[in-house]
Amino acid sequence: MPSEGKKRNIGREDIRGIIELCRSVQSRGLNPFLVDVDDLVAILRKYFSEWKDSEDLCLDAEALNEIASVIKLQSEWVKRRSTSLYTDPFLLEEKVRILSKEKIAEVFLQAWHPIAELEQISIRSLEDALRYWENLLPLDERLLSEGSLRVEPGTITREELVKIGILAEEAFLEEMRSLWNELKEKAGEEGRIRYWDFIGSNTYQETVRRAYLTSFLVTYGYATMEIYPLEEEMFLKPLKEPPLGAERKTRGRKERRERLFSIPIPISYEEWMEWRRRQ
Amino acid sequence: MRRPRGRRKAYYTMKMRRAIHLLLFKRHSKPGAKGWELRRSLGPDYMKVIRVLDDYLENLDLKVNMVFEEGVDKENLENPTPEQLNKARFYITLRGTLTPRETKLLGWRIDDIAALAITISHIISKDGKAPRKEVEDLLRTKLPSWRTEMNLNRFIRYGYIGEDENGQLYLDWRTRVEVDSRKLIDLLLRTEVEETAGLYNQSTSLSMETEDQEGEN
Repeated sequence: MPSEGKKRNIGREDIRGIIELCRSVQSRGLNPFLVDVDDLVAILRKYFSEWKDSEDLCLDAEALNEIASVIKLQSEWVKRRSTSLYTDPFLLEEKVRILSKEKIAEVFLQAWHPIAELEQISIRSLEDALRYWENLLPLDERLLSEGSLRVEPGTITREELVKIGILAEEAFLEEMRSLWNELKEKAGEEGRIRYWDFIGSNTYQETVRRAYLTSFLVTYGYATMEIYPLEEEMFLKPLKEPPLGAERKTRGRKERRERLFSIPIPISYEEWMEWRRRQ
Repeated sequence: MRRPRGRRKAYYTMKMRRAIHLLLFKRHSKPGAKGWELRRSLGPDYMKVIRVLDDYLENLDLKVNMVFEEGVDKENLENPTPEQLNKARFYITLRGTLTPRETKLLGWRIDDIAALAITISHIISKDGKAPRKEVEDLLRTKLPSWRTEMNLNRFIRYGYIGEDENGQLYLDWRTRVEVDSRKLIDLLLRTEVEETAGLYNQSTSLSMETEDQEGEN
């Protein structure tokens, strides 16, 4: 008896597996022929005589329904492949890689017939605008409320930024690596670049973001800084190899212990404006 | 009842004006008008008005484009049923094509157009659905990462592509209206063939020159 119960449990697991497999093929748009329908039906047949409860029979019916959906997908797949619109994705991908951006755009323009449309103000948008205008506080009141919200500058950690959603944990390292590649590129043959020329961007927000990421580049050993206090000059020097792991990082730190120090660099709006003027 | 010629002309002119207002001025989130809206405003012979308007627009390099609901059997589109026409959406689109210079005036960069072409053609080649990451990887071979993401979000916002809850991209309503998918794929294939043929000819002539030189030596 216990062996029968065990067999049923294995059977349920198998059928749940079949349902999951069929659903993943449907939701992920995978090739439906990856599923061997005969095998799945054989599994259903194997356990069918074991089912006594309605729950098990429902599970069996559900699995059969999912298999039917996969067969439908297979039929559509074959139909589609037989049409003239079908192109081998690998072939097309290769072509896209070979062709220049200009050529691809030129080709697309020959098959593109954009919609002609006019956007105009409507009664509804006028109503929305009127409502907005009525609810809008006078400028002096708005400034007052903004003044009361003013906070003193403080510090924030990366963990806090991740928590409030400004930074994504996985994206951070990737972003840092792309910035490191950019630094290597911009440093060129000279092997270094002025700090502000690297972090400076068209907007103040972006400049602060780049400065923030750059501080991690230096801390994690992707780059070093050269500071000339008398000349008031700072340079960033990218390292050719990334720090490979904790061991190397620790060793590197040990070796560099004497030279390690922190330096605060203010990224004020005025300094950014000054840099923009120089540009 | 047949109207006298002068009155008939005035009748269609008036109906055409009403139709152009409905089709050109955006009133919903999507441009154009549904078949039932046109029927309600223009009367039961609205398809005739649309045909006259289409002829008139030809001189202006524009056309009335009719897009049926998804799932309508394409083989039966020659003679659509009144129900299918009611649910179809009518748009005014460019009959011809734009030059690269004109697209710049519309705010499209060459990079953006190439990205749209790559995205659409890739989705078509993947049977109408492709994972976003796969499309991003392909776009990154031509564009910087930040531009790739920005472009995909822009195409989704404009209605060229859609993204489902599984991160799969599919072709959305605007692509079905504006892009001749078959022509795009054909042209992409043909362009490649021509370029390869060019390269092939070049390499053949080079090798022949080499052979000639060898022969001379």
